[in-house]
Amino acid sequence: MKTLDANKLSDLAAALAAAGYRVVAPLKDGAEVRMKEWAPGAAIDIGPVPVNSIKEFLFPRTEVVAKFSLEGNDFKPEPFETPAPKTAILAVRPCDASAMAALDKVFNWEYKDDPWNARRAATTLVSLVCTAADEDCFCTSVGGAPDATAGADAILRPADGGKKLILESLGAKGEALVAAAGAVVAEGRAKADSPAQVPVRFDAKAVAEWCAGNFESPLWREVSLGCLGCGACAYCCPTCHCFDIQDEATRTESVRLRNWDTCGLGLFTLHASGHNPRPDQASRWRQRVMHKFSYFVEKFGILACTGCGRCGRICPGGMAIAQVCKEIDEARKAVAK
Amino acid sequence: MTVATYQTAMMKIVTARDEAPDVRTFRLQFADEPDRARFFEKYRVGMFGLYGVPGAGESTFCVASPPTRTEYIECTFRKTGRVTAALRDRELGQAITFRGPYGNSFPIETWKGRNILFIAGGIALPPMRSVIWNVLDRRKEFGDVTILYGARTVADLVYKDELAEWGGREDVRLVTTVDPGGETADWKGQIGFVPTVLEQTAPASANTLAVVCGPPIMIKFTLPVLTKLGFGPKDVYTTLENRMKCGVGQCGRCNVGSVYVCRDGPVFTLDQIKHMPTTDM
Repeated sequence: MKTLDANKLSDLAAALAAAGYRVVAPLKDGAEVRMKEWAPGAAIDIGPVPVNSIKEFLFPRTEVVAKFSLEGNDFKPEPFETPAPKTAILAVRPCDASAMAALDKVFNWEYKDDPWNARRAATTLVSLVCTAADEDCFCTSVGGAPDATAGADAILRPADGGKKLILESLGAKGEALVAAAGAVVAEGRAKADSPAQVPVRFDAKAVAEWCAGNFESPLWREVSLGCLGCGACAYCCPTCHCFDIQDEATRTESVRLRNWDTCGLGLFTLHASGHNPRPDQASRWRQRVMHKFSYFVEKFGILACTGCGRCGRICPGGMAIAQVCKEIDEARKAVAK
Repeated sequence: MTVATYQTAMMKIVTARDEAPDVRTFRLQFADEPDRARFFEKYRVGMFGLYGVPGAGESTFCVASPPTRTEYIECTFRKTGRVTAALRDRELGQAITFRGPYGNSFPIETWKGRNILFIAGGIALPPMRSVIWNVLDRRKEFGDVTILYGARTVADLVYKDELAEWGGREDVRLVTTVDPGGETADWKGQIGFVPTVLEQTAPASANTLAVVCGPPIMIKFTLPVLTKLGFGPKDVYTTLENRMKCGVGQCGRCNVGSVYVCRDGPVFTLDQIKHMPTTDM
């Protein structure tokens, strides 16, 4: 087996950077750990779950989808860059890697999204088995596991009580990455540590079943009362993909930008007439839960929640989708009794 | 490079017509023949497009002209925000961006030999106009055609020239109405809300299908009247008009339940709508 010392991840990053990869890794960023582009000297920390998911490296917060030069009332389409650099993302949490399946569906179910597909093709995901979980983690409630390999091209398994890492390739992209790592990884022996224990917190199927018959339930209002409508939950979510398209211009140039957006914001569905199909946080939370647990499953056959728990960690109102699902599950059980 | 999904065609404004206060119709010609050919290969009545002005953005409107007229497309819009104001400021001969057609269409090939009742309110006549002209351009293939059109006031009625033309045809029955108080001294049409006038003037429902487009409040009160008149849920068609950005089933804005209005719609039967969460529309 291929192994490396757990404190040698920076060497791995350096070897991959030397081999032409843009390297993204969990880096210390003030008091937080954030998935960021690695540069020599940056401190990799695989302890806590990073505050952001990896989606921004494949689906940027904002990107140009059309460009025009302007002259008076005339305009002309102009070429522009859609960068898709060869990228290695290190120590990706299994919940983030498994989110790729959901985004692959959205960006390809009918129309193919060139930027997404180009970046997916250019990116190698190296997962990290979680050996610790916090109270917000709930991957096991949504079909995941702390050592799941779905979506990953290679996986790092902590071993020998966290001193070592076993690097295992899971396909052609992973093999190329292991080859590029060169002497940083070596043949060796190590005993993989046990994956984290993540308790199941609710029954995802039962949540979908309850939702189907309770579109107008007063529970939506109750569970959404803490929501400030800030959208932070969507921006840190590995599967949330809703976006806006806006033009930005100077006197001589205009770009059409695709920007992250979210159903949690009041303007999201507001019509020009003033009519808003989702006029309050209750209807927006209903959309958030049902999109992830009912509609997405109906349309694409998979859940659009991977149990990373970030929305719960970040919410300034103390809300969490896992908690909402748990309350729904309990409401369902109370009715069943 | 370009991003294929958001690549636009260049359109030239060849005519502009004011329909009602703040409501304007553009006739647009494709600047490039391959764009025109690609468009008409796909275009069927009911589909929509995204019309834009670089620097202001894109807006979603139906294509208001029928596929039987392949030299141009038309769109009718009300000035309400940044993009529609920029579109309205464009002058004859100037260009706008366009992408489409998107969405599903009215299955008019299955309507041959049947009577058609069109019911529209206000600015919702444009999405129906392409269907009306498509049917009238192939008039012999269909049975009786009735058009019921209402607006708040006489000034708010769009396509006044075409209303006069339809009203003058012997093979079309046109009923126009304005809301009480919206009439002028010389108004010769009906006075009353669309659902009420529908109940008084509707043709028999046997072998007839209905197409309804209008503001949510009009749709809400018109559908029960159609049911009462004996129209089956599979014979009543309408369009949903949710906010859209991408048009290609990705941005998540137009969703009603698991339905993407931009791909699965915008045309739905009453039968389909019955199974959708109506409070999300």
